[in-house]
Amino acid sequence: MSDQEARADGAPAVARAKDKSPWNWLLFLPIVVPLLTPLFNHDSPRVGGFPMFYWLQLLFIVLGVSTTTVVYQMTKKRR
Amino acid sequence: MGDHVTEIVIFTVLFLLVSGIGFVAARWRAPNDMGHLDEWGLGGRSFGGWITWFLVGGDLYTAYTFVAVPALLFGAGAAGFFAVPYTIIIYPLVFLVLVRLWSVSHRHGFVTPADFVRSRFQSPTLALLIAITGIVATMPYIALQLVGIEAVLKTMGVTGDSALARHLPIIIAFAILAAYTYQSGLRAPALIAFVKDSLIYIVILVAIFYLPYKLGGWGSIFDAAQKKFDGTPNPNDGIVLTAANQWQYITLALGSALALFLYPHSLTGVLASRNRDVIKRNMSALPAYSLLLGLIALLGFMAIAAGVKPLPGAKAGSTDSNTVVPLLFDLHFPAWFAGIAFAAIGIGALVPAAIMSIAAANLFTRNIYKEYLKRDATPAQEASVSKITSLVVKVGAVACIVFLDPQFSIDLQLIGGVIILQTLPAVALGIYTRWFHRGGLIAGWFAGMALGTWMLYQIPNAATGRAHFGGSAFPLNKFGFIDSTTTVYVGLVAVAVNLAVAALVTLALRAGKVPDGGDDTTPDDYFADEGDPRVSVPAQPTTTDPDLAPAPSPKV
Repeated sequence: MSDQEARADGAPAVARAKDKSPWNWLLFLPIVVPLLTPLFNHDSPRVGGFPMFYWLQLLFIVLGVSTTTVVYQMTKKRR
Repeated sequence: MGDHVTEIVIFTVLFLLVSGIGFVAARWRAPNDMGHLDEWGLGGRSFGGWITWFLVGGDLYTAYTFVAVPALLFGAGAAGFFAVPYTIIIYPLVFLVLVRLWSVSHRHGFVTPADFVRSRFQSPTLALLIAITGIVATMPYIALQLVGIEAVLKTMGVTGDSALARHLPIIIAFAILAAYTYQSGLRAPALIAFVKDSLIYIVILVAIFYLPYKLGGWGSIFDAAQKKFDGTPNPNDGIVLTAANQWQYITLALGSALALFLYPHSLTGVLASRNRDVIKRNMSALPAYSLLLGLIALLGFMAIAAGVKPLPGAKAGSTDSNTVVPLLFDLHFPAWFAGIAFAAIGIGALVPAAIMSIAAANLFTRNIYKEYLKRDATPAQEASVSKITSLVVKVGAVACIVFLDPQFSIDLQLIGGVIILQTLPAVALGIYTRWFHRGGLIAGWFAGMALGTWMLYQIPNAATGRAHFGGSAFPLNKFGFIDSTTTVYVGLVAVAVNLAVAALVTLALRAGKVPDGGDDTTPDDYFADEGDPRVSVPAQPTTTDPDLAPAPSPKV
């Protein structure tokens, strides 16, 4: 990464809203949770006939959507 | 049931309707001059939130997905559901990466991922490898869209005795597709995607309420599936995962997610959007398709509960499990509704096939034709080369299906996913860091390709009796030094080795003071947005100017 900084000769970074923000760390949540199979690899409890394996993974879609929405709203450039 | 005439009529009418839309699309949001690669190949880089949502959704969630994922659940159970976590984790994974790639492409007028790599590492060789990988991975993907249409046609009884008669409807369909893609470029699939997705949403919403009601509720659907898997000799099927295939599930979901946005056609959809905001908002909106996919996947279990028997495959004695979803609709819905469902799948194949052929054509034009054959090609010449190449690509895809066993396309697609992942260090990491030496990336690419292909070759498939290329689940004990029946996804292992080799060779080349290429991009390029000037057109602040930035000046 330091290589990248050193290379930026003659092209100083303009004072522009960068995409660095602590909110971005939140994105790891919907990346990691859907991959933790012990969390959802069960038949019971069933919800509406759906084994846990299926309803919980479908519910992770909501987790993904809400996380990306929150990160988008919190890092939006104020104009 | 047996009333295939109604189905065929509805299918044909809807198919002709979208073909008409495809031709009219040339005039939709049309510029004064279509003779520019940005217009034909990227829809003028002007699509807003809604169009992007339909276009990228129609692009990523292909007809093959809609047919093959339920077929996987029908055959193997829970393992096939990996498509759901895969399409959840993809969006947070690429949320930041894609906006940076969009920005740098906007500044420099990049059309393909290989364009980016060429400028970032000043290496036409590395760019060529990326372009070839993209083309090779995309071709079988296009062919697979035909497999999706074929499953529907087979169910409707549109089959012939000779190879030619059997494939005639597909050849006609693809000829029409080729004609309107040639004329309208990316605007055609963008407009058709509205029809396709609306049809699919309607069909699925009806199916997931009506079918469980008819089959005795969701509980009994899952119970029927469990009962079927209990009766099979395969120890790894069932409605939940087993100890042996959990790692396969995790690595396949992760590996597929990493691969998806490396496919040239995904980037085509992304680069066609108007600004960074459109992309970010779509990362939150696109998972609506994942929900749809999850529900479609479960049609596989419904087919089990409904007692669907797949139609015979191309070879004697085999069955074509891709026909289970079309058969389910054929058996349980009135003919007119089944016709709409079949049209949704058929049209669903056309959207991605069009975008994929455009993406492959752009790769050829920008990274082979312009780089090696005609360096001073004008944007208008680029556009006409791309248009002709898109025709060639489609002829190639049809030839794959007509002359080769469809299984061959499925094998190639399997390999395609593994090899496209080998562009990750140069394309995805390249967006963040210029640390890697271009020689290191080339070495890593070769290592990953070789290992990935070897591993796939080693995998047998007991169910189909094949000795090689039987799947992407690699048993760890095949390495010889690990004693475990656990299986993992080949692509992820191959890309890990690719990265390690790239890093080691980079260190070695640096130590040996081997000259590395420079970098035509600046850190600031990765944050550019709509309204920011293009590189090399500093005097013209307007971004509506469609002039491409000329290829970066060779400083070496």
